[in-house]
Amino acid sequence: MKEIRRRDLFLAAGLLILLWQFSAWLVNLPILPTPHRVLMVFWQDLTSGDLLGHFLISLWRVAAGTILAVLAAAPAGLALGQSQRLHRFFSPFVYLLYPIPKVVFVPVILLFFGIGDVAKITIIFIILFFQILVLVRDQAASLRPELIESVRSLGAGRKALFWFVYLPASLPAIFTALRQSVGTAVAVLYIAELFATTRGLGYYIYFQGSTLLNYPAMYAGVIAMSLLGLMMYFAVDRLERWLCRWQYVS
Amino acid sequence: MRPSPFQRLQPDTPVTVTLLMINIQSLTFAYPRGAPLLQDFHWQIQRGETWAILGSSGCGKTTLLYLLAGLKFPTSGTIQIDGEPLKRPRPQTGLILQEYGLLPWATVRENIALGLRLRSFYGADGVHAPRGSQTPAAKPVDWWLHRLGLTPVAGQYPAQLSGGQRQRTAIARTLALQPDLLLMDEPFSSLDAPTRENLQALTLELAAEHGLTLLLVTHAIEEAALLGQKILLLGKAPNSRILSNPGAGLPEYRESPAHLAMCQTLREQMKGEE
Repeated sequence: MKEIRRRDLFLAAGLLILLWQFSAWLVNLPILPTPHRVLMVFWQDLTSGDLLGHFLISLWRVAAGTILAVLAAAPAGLALGQSQRLHRFFSPFVYLLYPIPKVVFVPVILLFFGIGDVAKITIIFIILFFQILVLVRDQAASLRPELIESVRSLGAGRKALFWFVYLPASLPAIFTALRQSVGTAVAVLYIAELFATTRGLGYYIYFQGSTLLNYPAMYAGVIAMSLLGLMMYFAVDRLERWLCRWQYVS
Repeated sequence: MRPSPFQRLQPDTPVTVTLLMINIQSLTFAYPRGAPLLQDFHWQIQRGETWAILGSSGCGKTTLLYLLAGLKFPTSGTIQIDGEPLKRPRPQTGLILQEYGLLPWATVRENIALGLRLRSFYGADGVHAPRGSQTPAAKPVDWWLHRLGLTPVAGQYPAQLSGGQRQRTAIARTLALQPDLLLMDEPFSSLDAPTRENLQALTLELAAEHGLTLLLVTHAIEEAALLGQKILLLGKAPNSRILSNPGAGLPEYRESPAHLAMCQTLREQMKGEE
């Protein structure tokens, strides 16, 4: 994503809310409340209700799944990218598993890990894991041999090569993978939270919309889930700008 | 192993300074399933000499440099550097490649500091870095930035630099480790002519300033004749010749008849090789 001005972001957000307002007037049904109404409920439920609790639970699940996926997939990707032998052995498995839409495993994972957080975190972990693994592997494999040999000639052994070359070289790949798949992860979290749980934004949206028929509250939940996705995206963007400054110069 | 003259005189005392910098004995190197690039190859280089290694592409000159850097290993035969058999990259050997040797995510300053950081990462273990007693105090990164005229771009990344500045950074990074042997693989071939001449002169100046033994691989006849006081003309294995070129390195040599004559000789020799 190229540089976007803050002013333009606010303008776009304002226009979207306006569009919503007009649609609500036109449709004039309880299933599409006005943005004003929804934002009021959102604020109330956030400050005095239990929306914040659901939000934090979902945030925790996404964050935990993401961090675990980075910690597991980045070193694995580096290893596959560096070692011909490992690559030859594991790549067929990755090739077969990578294109499978991981969301189809949701029921299986729920059966195995039950209703707790572990199931939700596992689902997010699996989605992100393959994305990061593949991108980091390709990044590590595409490092120029001249670079590796130069750094080796300065005295670097395996350990130093990892810290000074492979790890910094793989950071952009990690961030690209996260940016591509954080949205998917939140979407799948929503699906996972529909089943067998009473906590999380997915549950909140479903419960308010389908059981209580409290549409403004349901929309408040949708806004909270959108904000969760946006927050994750912004966090990734910020971190990348900070850790990969060299990609943003000139 | 053939002992150096110095060692022959004093057989009982351990000697750390030998005149012979590089001693290659009956070296053969072949890539798997390939014809040998180097075959029964012998080569001696004295300390402080400046050599150009010249040859057409595919003759094994880069491979020879990688062998000397300890990044590849001979199929048979031995390489000794400074009296020690070469088993891994030697901390006192500097290597500068044509391009892509700099960390793209590190600034000029960080790139120059890389070697020094690697040394403190491992400590003076004698494997990745020279043992404590062997290291003279390192000059600070700022000194090198200044010496190579890089101070104004110290905070920039390699992608923001000109080719000449990138190569200066690579030179500073290598020399900051105070090597006694400098290996360069086509270091100037991607530079424009004025920058190239400038860096050629600077390299010779630095080599003299720091008492380096300099080996420079090139495919350019003029460059070999200009820089190499001795020239190794590497032909298809096992053919290789050594030419002496004593005038090389002097500022006025570029325009001199001796330089032109040397170029002519090299051209004929290379043609005979084909």
